Amino acid sequence: MSEARIDVQVEHRHAPPPAQTTHPNTCPKCGSHYRNDELAATLWVCGHCGHHFPMGARARIEWYTDAGSFVEEAADVRSEDPLDFFDLRPYAERLSEAELNTGLGEAALIGQATIDGHPVELSVMDFTFMGGSMGSAVGEKFSRACDSAVERGVPLVSVTSSGGARMQEGILSLMQLPKTVCAVEDLHDAYIPMITVMAHPTTAGVLASFASLGDVTIAEPGALIAFTGPRVVQQTTREKLPDDFGLAEQNLRFGHVDAIVPRAEQLEQITRLLRLFGAVA
Amino acid sequence: MSERDQEVRIRQRLSGLSRLPLLRGARVEGESERLERQLERLQADTSDEAIWRSVELARHPDRPYTLDYVERFIDDWFELHGDRGRADDGALVTGLGKLDGRTVALIGHQKGRDVKERLDRQFGMAYPEGYGKAIRVMEIAERFGFPVLSLVDTPGAYPGVAAEQHGQGGAIARSQAEMARLTVPTVACIIGEGGSGGAVAIAVADRVLMQENAIYSVITPEGCAAILWRDAGEAKKAAAAFKPDARHCLELGVIDGVVAEPEGGAQNDHDAAALLLRAALVEALEELEDTPGEELRRRRRAKFRGMGVFA
Repeated sequence: MSEARIDVQVEHRHAPPPAQTTHPNTCPKCGSHYRNDELAATLWVCGHCGHHFPMGARARIEWYTDAGSFVEEAADVRSEDPLDFFDLRPYAERLSEAELNTGLGEAALIGQATIDGHPVELSVMDFTFMGGSMGSAVGEKFSRACDSAVERGVPLVSVTSSGGARMQEGILSLMQLPKTVCAVEDLHDAYIPMITVMAHPTTAGVLASFASLGDVTIAEPGALIAFTGPRVVQQTTREKLPDDFGLAEQNLRFGHVDAIVPRAEQLEQITRLLRLFGAVA
Repeated sequence: MSERDQEVRIRQRLSGLSRLPLLRGARVEGESERLERQLERLQADTSDEAIWRSVELARHPDRPYTLDYVERFIDDWFELHGDRGRADDGALVTGLGKLDGRTVALIGHQKGRDVKERLDRQFGMAYPEGYGKAIRVMEIAERFGFPVLSLVDTPGAYPGVAAEQHGQGGAIARSQAEMARLTVPTVACIIGEGGSGGAVAIAVADRVLMQENAIYSVITPEGCAAILWRDAGEAKKAAAAFKPDARHCLELGVIDGVVAEPEGGAQNDHDAAALLLRAALVEALEELEDTPGEELRRRRRAKFRGMGVFA
């Protein structure tokens, strides 16, 4: 039996090291610790070293958009469990837990809003909901954001933060790659600009689909932007990894993103891009 | 659940497929007939053991690879090398040839038969350069109206430092985007392992087929087990949970048809496997060839945009 398998991933046999257990408000770079309100006041950026903490979808939308302008769309789209998936725990249970813990229905929020007076469509991912993973519901929401942008003739601003496709939906989650790609192609055909902001981390299935297809792509400092993350690359190939492997800075150097923009300047740059692309309708 | 019950359940689900909004645009006339035929073919049990058997057969070292099929049913084969930028990626073979009298552009993963060839071809795991080459060949096909055939057989895209630096994620996204733009008929068939993004990169086709012992999945069973069970040794459990076999892919509306293999699997008789695959590819192409290009593209996008199950 075993000789019949070409298994390139046998090295995964050993369990990965346990996840880091520091407090989420402790800066992994310099060790500074903050209260929630302190981080909220600095757009979740470490005041000491500039490290960008993960930012929730709602907080980001509130920050990007003109007060009161955001109208959420497809808020009722929820994941199903088509495979009755059960690993160590049932998928359905993981979903309800994520919803309880995050107050979000899924790992993406979409809706219409204005940014500095420019009407836009927004799609914002949230890493805290099951690692921002893309299952059918996330794919559907992003696709609907594309449709809504086309319908209203406004630019799409897409913020990505995801570990990749959601394994618990099996092959259907892989199909969200071509699904979202087709949605972006419809957007391109309608001459609707798409501005992508890659937050930490933008990896695997999301990077290999809609995240990579923006007209202009901005990355947040220090964000991991990689199809395969450093741990798997190391374990599979045993290659020595460069210090900045897969980080936004390396991606800029190799030509995969247009700019790295810290949060303090992000709104200004997005507004500038919206002015440059102009009214599309 | 007894086998009989399972069969009834699948019959119901198959008959329901045409009514589900998730398949809008995907169903064409004659489709239900095809499903009927496939149901008969798929009456083998789908126990966890059977799923794992598919995983093993899909990875069988004697299984025919892309070039074995090319040799058997593509005439006037001319292989096209290189992405015109950086390299020629042996893990992904492209070329022009004749299938049943018509010129086609063919794209396929190639794992390599012996150790040296496997190393040269990275076990069928393509670099961004491979997808760049695929895009280049698709552009030729689009310009001259050649149908695009793709044969998928990869554990996944190559997970290495250089692959990342050369933009693996973006290359896979752009390859899918190119396939979503084509106005020529496109047929893909999973002939072994359909591993993740590296597979779907060349499988955004009008007709997606799967050989009966092929697998198509979002991650390798070992990778899934390592992440969710924290132990790659649980691969069998993982495979049983995410169901990468042809029968389940058909049930979920992810593929359009299943291609039969010789008794015991394609590795037992390459010639017979090639005859069966050739017939399926020609049949799929013939169904598509009368449809105008814009309409093909519209239906293709509608098919993929309808995929997924949500509330």
